[in-house]
Amino acid sequence: MKRRTIRIYSISLVLVLLSGLFFMFIKTFNDNLLFYRSPSQITETEFPENYVFRVGGVVLDGSLVKSKNTMNVKFSITDYEKSLPISYTGILPDLFREGQGVVIRGKLGDDGIFYAEEVLAKHDETYMPPEVLDSLKVNDEALQKTTESMKINK
Amino acid sequence: MTAYIGSFLVLLAFLNAILLISSKPILSRFVPDYGSVILSSSKLQFPLTLFSFICLIASFLADDFSLKYVSSNSNSLLPYYYKISATWAGHEGSMLLWCLVLSLWTFLASIYSRDLEEDFRLKFLSIMGLLNLGFLAFLIFTSNPFDKNVSIPIDGKDLNPLLQDFGLIVHPPMLYMGYVGLSVVFSFAVTCLLKKDFKPEWAKWIRPWALISWSFLTLGIALGSWWAYYELGWGGWWFWDPVENASFMPWLITTALIHSLITCEQKSMFKNWTILLSIIAFSLSLLGTFLVRSGILTSVHSFANDPARGAFILLFLTIITGAALILYLKNSSKMNDKTSFTFFSKESFFLINNILLVTATFTILLGTMYPLILDIFGLEKISVGVPYYNAVFLPLMIPLVFLAGYIPILFSSKNRDMKDQAKYFFTSFIIILSLSFLSILLFDEYNLSVFIGLFLFLWIILNLIYELIKKIIITGNIQIFVKNIGMFMSHLGLAIFILGATMVENSKIEKEIILSLNEKVEINNYTFQFMNLAETEGPNYSAVIGHFRVFLDNNFITDMYPEKRLYNSSEMPMTEAGIDPGFTRDLYITLGTMIDQDKWSVRIYHKPLIRLIWIGALMMVLGGIFSVFSKKRKNSMVNAS
Repeated sequence: MKRRTIRIYSISLVLVLLSGLFFMFIKTFNDNLLFYRSPSQITETEFPENYVFRVGGVVLDGSLVKSKNTMNVKFSITDYEKSLPISYTGILPDLFREGQGVVIRGKLGDDGIFYAEEVLAKHDETYMPPEVLDSLKVNDEALQKTTESMKINK
Repeated sequence: MTAYIGSFLVLLAFLNAILLISSKPILSRFVPDYGSVILSSSKLQFPLTLFSFICLIASFLADDFSLKYVSSNSNSLLPYYYKISATWAGHEGSMLLWCLVLSLWTFLASIYSRDLEEDFRLKFLSIMGLLNLGFLAFLIFTSNPFDKNVSIPIDGKDLNPLLQDFGLIVHPPMLYMGYVGLSVVFSFAVTCLLKKDFKPEWAKWIRPWALISWSFLTLGIALGSWWAYYELGWGGWWFWDPVENASFMPWLITTALIHSLITCEQKSMFKNWTILLSIIAFSLSLLGTFLVRSGILTSVHSFANDPARGAFILLFLTIITGAALILYLKNSSKMNDKTSFTFFSKESFFLINNILLVTATFTILLGTMYPLILDIFGLEKISVGVPYYNAVFLPLMIPLVFLAGYIPILFSSKNRDMKDQAKYFFTSFIIILSLSFLSILLFDEYNLSVFIGLFLFLWIILNLIYELIKKIIITGNIQIFVKNIGMFMSHLGLAIFILGATMVENSKIEKEIILSLNEKVEINNYTFQFMNLAETEGPNYSAVIGHFRVFLDNNFITDMYPEKRLYNSSEMPMTEAGIDPGFTRDLYITLGTMIDQDKWSVRIYHKPLIRLIWIGALMMVLGGIFSVFSKKRKNSMVNAS
């Protein structure tokens, strides 16, 4: 083979390899994206069954029910338009409380309950996760009132 | 009063920075000795910022709640050492710390740059001055820690309980030393671009600065990881949190930089590339500041923040990086590499090292920034999970680590016979591969990642140690050891880190269970018995302390005391883990919540070899420091006049 032919072959081999790697990379990236939805954005048909995504909102006052013998807890989160029931088995973060903004990772069940795998409440009582703040369906004045007790700095 | 002095000193520092940067372009027309103005003002920057910082510490110690920053981050009941460290616990104070560290690096750059050419030195210091000016402007206009309260509160709001910890005292200063140290490298690179040259002597001059910044960055990240491990109560040591990524990206680039600088120094190659790496490293450290300070991220580091701050840093980042990159595009082509590239050489392996590190950084950058960009355009709110980083980042690290265990040997020996080299390579490869197969039988877990981790650990350790012993025996002197001790230390540290990380991630046991008083639970031959609960009062909190007795194969080993604290002034609950550290394993207990009378949910973890993660990182730090001081750096480094 001529030198040039070899060069063309090796360059095209490298290109094929690189594009293969790039394709795999993009696929991995897409497979591992976690989408975020607020309770009023959730539609049952959007994601396939057992699809993991994140939801966020404010823990509804008076919604927290703890089991006496297991680590299961049930509560609801709201974006002030719709609320979503959550079921979680495990230890809740220290700052989890009613009226606090939380972000939850998990799956939506057939029964309309969101089964949480992870509950995040951040370590600062004045802090509101930016996703949650964005998705709250209230005008600023109402937000000020409902969240006055939480001292959110906007 | 102290607050006014502090405020005044910051203003003086700001004016001094203006003097520093305007000397070369403006003052030089009227004053022939403008050089000495630059030299003294670059030194003066440090004492001005230092005394202003001391004023802020004094305000904290004196409980001066007329200052907004003090009243929102401290409390009269806070122990004095946390009052001191509260100085950098919030945004404003940590920016003052940033300015302080920057002025310290400027001071050091001014002192130790005597060997540089006069004109080069003055330009270099002026650029450092420009960075000082930018950050001081940010401090004064958006985040002044000396701002007054409208009405003086009786007591402060208290320091976030999470920050009332030894970690706060050490983690931010060390990390900032690393982050900001890169400003020296950046300014130097920009000066080289202005000079349109990058001489080997200059590479030799800048390398210690890059190494020291790298060491501090490593230490800062390791301390952060250790702190998160014991304080957050989840027992994790790395979360791929955007803020962690923000510190990890400059670390990766600086790692690439300290390798490519070797080639610049020894072969006068990779000049353009090294300059570009220096610019990227500091830009990424600015990007990190932007991500943390703008409050657009969900992270343990995010607190409620002012959007104006984010805008300012973004603007600063754009100007600094943009200007540097434009200068790079314009002038870099004039810095041609003189020597020709040979395929099988140290340089080509350093090139592979650099490509892998830069690609890894890019994958992290994509994972960190893509969600933010989508969000800014209002398209979608997403986050990138841990599996992405594991799937993309780790495979890139495998060849990199493999090379770290072999390349130092390949080019250190005088024997350049390809046949001998290949023989050695395959022999060691097969021996270590079989050793890894044997040693994996010791563990209960057989999976590919444990195997790869073990192999890489043995590969580096055995190859490097064999090489060391061989060298010392053959040559009979330890000169070669002393000369390369830094490299050996940091590569061995990497191996130890890999062993720790592999074992923890693959054979940790994490249990969340409900325990009643006197109940026992068994985890991996350890029996944990829940003895009792006691209430206690701390200096500024009340706490419930659990008492757990731990037995190994029915022999008593230790008592563990996890706590649940409630801080008085903020009414914030906090979990303090009970940890029994050990070289081979950590036992880790945290109290969850009270389920019923005398019945608690608890987390009990068994973490094998987790200490190796931080021991490995500390060895890398020592390696970095040794590299600076082990080689004799003669005064003739740069052509002094």
